[in-house]
Amino acid sequence: MSTETKSSAGTTGLMGWIDARFPLTKTWKEQWGEYYAPKNFNFWYYFGSIALLVLVLQIVTGIFLTMNYKPSSEGAFASVEYIMRDVPWGWLIRYMHSTGASAFFIVVYLHMFRGLMYGSYKNPRELLWIFGMLIYLVLMAEAFMGYLLPWGNMSYWGAQVITNLFGAIPYVGSSLVEWIRGDYFISDVTLNRFFALHVIALPLALVFLVVAHLLALHEVGSNNPDGIEIKKNKGADGHPLDGIPSHPYYSVKDFMGFVFFALIFAGILFFEPTVNNLFLEKANFDPADRMQTPAEIAPVWYFTPYYAILRAVPNKLLGVILMGVAVMIFFLLPWLDRCKVKSIRYRGWLYKSFLTVFVISFIGLGYIGMHKPTPLLTLEARVFSTIYFAFFLLMPWYTSVDKTKPVPDRVTFHAH
Amino acid sequence: MIDQSDTGYVWMSEAEQVDEGRRHFLLVATSAVGAVGAVATAVPFLASWQPSARAQASGGPVEADISKLQMGELMKVEWRGQAIYVVRRSQEMIDKLNQHDGSLRDPKSDESEQPDYAKNVARARNPEYLVLIGVCTHLGCAPMPKFAAQADKEVGADWPGGFYCPCHGSKFDLSGRVLKDVPAPLNLRVPPYYFSSDNTLVIGLDKGVA
Repeated sequence: MSTETKSSAGTTGLMGWIDARFPLTKTWKEQWGEYYAPKNFNFWYYFGSIALLVLVLQIVTGIFLTMNYKPSSEGAFASVEYIMRDVPWGWLIRYMHSTGASAFFIVVYLHMFRGLMYGSYKNPRELLWIFGMLIYLVLMAEAFMGYLLPWGNMSYWGAQVITNLFGAIPYVGSSLVEWIRGDYFISDVTLNRFFALHVIALPLALVFLVVAHLLALHEVGSNNPDGIEIKKNKGADGHPLDGIPSHPYYSVKDFMGFVFFALIFAGILFFEPTVNNLFLEKANFDPADRMQTPAEIAPVWYFTPYYAILRAVPNKLLGVILMGVAVMIFFLLPWLDRCKVKSIRYRGWLYKSFLTVFVISFIGLGYIGMHKPTPLLTLEARVFSTIYFAFFLLMPWYTSVDKTKPVPDRVTFHAH
Repeated sequence: MIDQSDTGYVWMSEAEQVDEGRRHFLLVATSAVGAVGAVATAVPFLASWQPSARAQASGGPVEADISKLQMGELMKVEWRGQAIYVVRRSQEMIDKLNQHDGSLRDPKSDESEQPDYAKNVARARNPEYLVLIGVCTHLGCAPMPKFAAQADKEVGADWPGGFYCPCHGSKFDLSGRVLKDVPAPLNLRVPPYYFSSDNTLVIGLDKGVA
């Protein structure tokens, strides 16, 4: 065709035809191909892309599970057993989904810890952080509702406890709990609506939020281990001197991350899918029994830090409030942190110490939440909860008096 | 006519002139009607989450045969999807109920939920039979019987005997009264019940009127 003209993206042929009608090349370049990311990314920068991989994995395995799962109190437990025993490769798809749920939280927690280390939530990335926190909240709701679906005894009592949390709200509490359950107890009705939310409503919200998170990231630009804004030093071509295009450089890096992740994932999947009660709890291999709480009840590991906080408070309403605040307070990080320096590399000993004891407390609470409450563990949970909240509430103070080191103009980078 | 040189307005013909007042009114009126419509549409969707007519209908009283219940034993009966605990207490258990008021949060059951005939130390019509809703007042787990007044790792020292909730460590005595310093705020609830004969317990009604 002699009359063919170039599209605005400079493409011709089929691509040109598409680009004149849909911004395919433009979007690719803006969002990845020519998105300049700092060249000093380290190990901690694998987890964002791995989280995206896990999301895809959960959606695909989830779709295939719904093909054999029955969302009713009569049929749910048996249909999961059917998937595990009779459906060709059903056990693999189901274990991929259950292992994927835990993997999602491991990856997201590491991703969030990266943010804490390098001050990735700080100006100008506040909204990026908020989108990320919303993803985390939706993910928790998604995981909680998904855990009811096998209709095991731990599913049942876990849902009983979590829905009862809303009952602590004064005046409206008990009607709110009824409204959530659609019945006077956790029943077929509850299971059916949790299924609807788990497979349609929340995944849609999740995908939307992930898109918003990525658009915000690519608009404002990535932070890096030095916490330096690379856009401040641009070369003659208008690109940051310390930046490299994501493709091919970070495509290759992320792909390597995917392969390593897949190796570890497959190892767990094939050899120890329950991870000794951690990813799938023993009590959930018994069907739901309204008359009998499992002797040892604990949520899946990713909720246990908050569960331990709830249990540590000897007052129902206050316990529920503190547990909610423990999650929500992350939203305020960009404004609680008064330090001028982003990265831990150039922060003083105060922030380093607070972050260290915070991480120890978070893991400690997670451990305590998995075990039966004893007087000693309750005392420890109270100490750790205090440290947990001190990390946030004292942050305006210790980040403003902390002695920081001078931040270089350019990122620290050694070619290899 | 507007003085163009001062205001910078461009003269427009009658047909082109924008009536800002009319525009503003239409915008506000349309938004208001739209908002009312959106709220009205949300109501049926939100209300559809309430317990259905079928869920509301299933909740009648149940009968339980207590003739085989031995001293110190616990029996579970299902009523409205909840476990109802029936415990046959020995005289020794009943006598001890008065001895630990200091460690109870609500010893007289003033704050707690029970029918009037169960607002006493034994929290029962007949002290020998304790009838409780087996749902922890903290977050709804099923408390476990630990009737022996023996200290152990879970209940700690000074255990009067009673119920222990495995979920969050709440403790209740042998009348279902909550101990201090645990997450549960109130005593275990007592359902309406009566004895229709020596061996038959009816749960869900206060007396023999249907």
